[in-house]
Amino acid sequence: MKKCSKENIYKVFNALSSDYSVYVPVKEENRTFYKKYFDGVVLAENFKTDRSAKDFFFPQSEDLMKFKTQGKSIEIIDEREESEDFIIFGVPACDEASLRILDRVFLAEPVDTYYQNKREHGVIITTACSRPEASCFCSTFDIDMARPQGDIRTYKIGDYFYFEGLTDKGNKVLDKVNALLEDVDQGEVEKEIENIQKVKEKLPLKDLSVKDFGADKTQEFFDRKEWAELSNACLGCGTCTFVCPTCQCYDIKDFNTGKGVQRYRCWDSCMYSDFTKMAHGNSRNSQMERFRQRFMHKLVYFPTNNDGVFSCVGCGRCVSKCPISMNIVKVIKTLSKGGENE
Amino acid sequence: MQKITRESLIQKGVELLENGTVDRILGWGKGEFGYDITPTVFYDKESFSKNFEFSSFCGANFSKYLLKETRKGGKILVFIKPCDSYSFNQLLTEHRFDKDKVYVVGISCEGMADVNKIKQKYGEIASVKEDENGITISTLYDGDKTILLDEVLLERCKVCKGKECVYFDEFIGEVKENNPQDRFEKVSALEKMSADERFAFWQNELSRCIRCNACRDVCPACTCEKCVFDNPNSGVENKAISDSFEEKMFHIIRAFHVAGRCTDCGECSRVCPQGIPLHLLNRKFIKDINGFYGEYQAGKEIGSRAPLVNYKKDDLEPSEAVKREEE
Repeated sequence: MKKCSKENIYKVFNALSSDYSVYVPVKEENRTFYKKYFDGVVLAENFKTDRSAKDFFFPQSEDLMKFKTQGKSIEIIDEREESEDFIIFGVPACDEASLRILDRVFLAEPVDTYYQNKREHGVIITTACSRPEASCFCSTFDIDMARPQGDIRTYKIGDYFYFEGLTDKGNKVLDKVNALLEDVDQGEVEKEIENIQKVKEKLPLKDLSVKDFGADKTQEFFDRKEWAELSNACLGCGTCTFVCPTCQCYDIKDFNTGKGVQRYRCWDSCMYSDFTKMAHGNSRNSQMERFRQRFMHKLVYFPTNNDGVFSCVGCGRCVSKCPISMNIVKVIKTLSKGGENE
Repeated sequence: MQKITRESLIQKGVELLENGTVDRILGWGKGEFGYDITPTVFYDKESFSKNFEFSSFCGANFSKYLLKETRKGGKILVFIKPCDSYSFNQLLTEHRFDKDKVYVVGISCEGMADVNKIKQKYGEIASVKEDENGITISTLYDGDKTILLDEVLLERCKVCKGKECVYFDEFIGEVKENNPQDRFEKVSALEKMSADERFAFWQNELSRCIRCNACRDVCPACTCEKCVFDNPNSGVENKAISDSFEEKMFHIIRAFHVAGRCTDCGECSRVCPQGIPLHLLNRKFIKDINGFYGEYQAGKEIGSRAPLVNYKKDDLEPSEAVKREEE
């Protein structure tokens, strides 16, 4: 375990900037987002960003390849480039967990090389949450906000940052700034972990349980009559899918450049009317079916195909961003078999 | 005349369900924290009495939901606030639904709260309570706070267009005078900027757009059966920001499309997950229309012809409009 003062953290960022692009959470005009560090950039007080670190690895739109046409010949231009080495600092436990969920999708065969490339070059520095939001429920998914994973884990305690390398990649980064860090024992951090446990007890959603959901429960939930009521006010805007750190659906599109074709992919949403539209039309024609798809995917289908792992990390972004305040918490509570979520 | 409370609305709703006037109710449904209200259709008095909510967090405008609801059988009760009634009228003007399938209870309103403003000022909120002294919030880290509604009003309530419902079958509540701020203040400030400054302002705001289209989905003036931007055959369908067209043009095109029909209900800005002040685009059109053709409020009267779709001999020549802009 190492530590450095709040002032020295900027020296750490500066030193790392020569080998990496360092992205840190900043707050400007009530918005918290990752900004590339340069001299003078000031860290936000709270590190939870409005949009998650997913965007670094799976951006909203991304060029895939180009087709250049000349007469009757078509040239295919591979647009993949080696990603820069980069560090994302201050990632909360939930968002780091979401990357491991995305890995199950993008790094499974056939490997998504666009995602893999960025994942290999990215270093995740997590920070324990001492001030979670009212909408947080990561513990529902056994994620510990006091012991985040990642390449390096940090704690912000008083006037110091505490660092703990968790992977080779992380230790390599810490070695580069060793001169700026001092060795400490675990004492302060143990106390902070206890504090966080107390804070967790205050969270309004701390008792939310998903034990009724999981792998192979399709028949149990698919035809529940409550879906109609839950989805009735849904605008179908897909904001929940866009701010979600685990939503990973995309569409591939061709843009006519006049001289050829630019093929790119962009986020798609199961909440949209033209999602997975095929030659025969759309497989899910009503908003109820589309709404059901999103929550069944997170709570039943994904666990069915991924060793029981849910594709929700309880970050609470959908809870605070949905224009009509309908969200996975209300879905879980409504569909649970009475009792534990009352 | 009585002050509107949750109880008085439940009483009214139950009465109308019991006497058969309506068979269901569109109202605000309770949330997890007190401020996260979901528009909900209630089919029986038990669930209505249990889960209906009325508080300072009931900003949602229900008019657009009536498109869907009036296609079902029976008759639905809807609670309409004064500003929502303009959207209701505008939809009737555009023949978007059958008013005989709706029973409107107009309710007075003293303004609605913007929960984002409260969160920015007081931090994380675990729950809210409301009584005659104001709104009491239990914060997660800073104890209880009592706040005045006036401090945290939604943008559209600060410029309230009047306390009287322009459509209702019956009205309950008390109509109080109010002193709204000038709604064109920010538009005027933008007009005074240089073109470059204005461009920078909108570039900054619109660059955050994630094209979720929540503004369009909630907008009572956007009622196309299939939006051109959702139609893969249109050639302009898009889900992500693929180039600068997206951020610069989409919202401007939408503002043009609803110009003259927009009642300035403010739902677009209220629901934007990225906090973009989209209502300013619509207000610019309203201000211009008022200036060029005389004051006009969309939705004030059913069947009124908006200046942009109406020809009068003394209408301003287009060249005149350009000249005035330059002055």
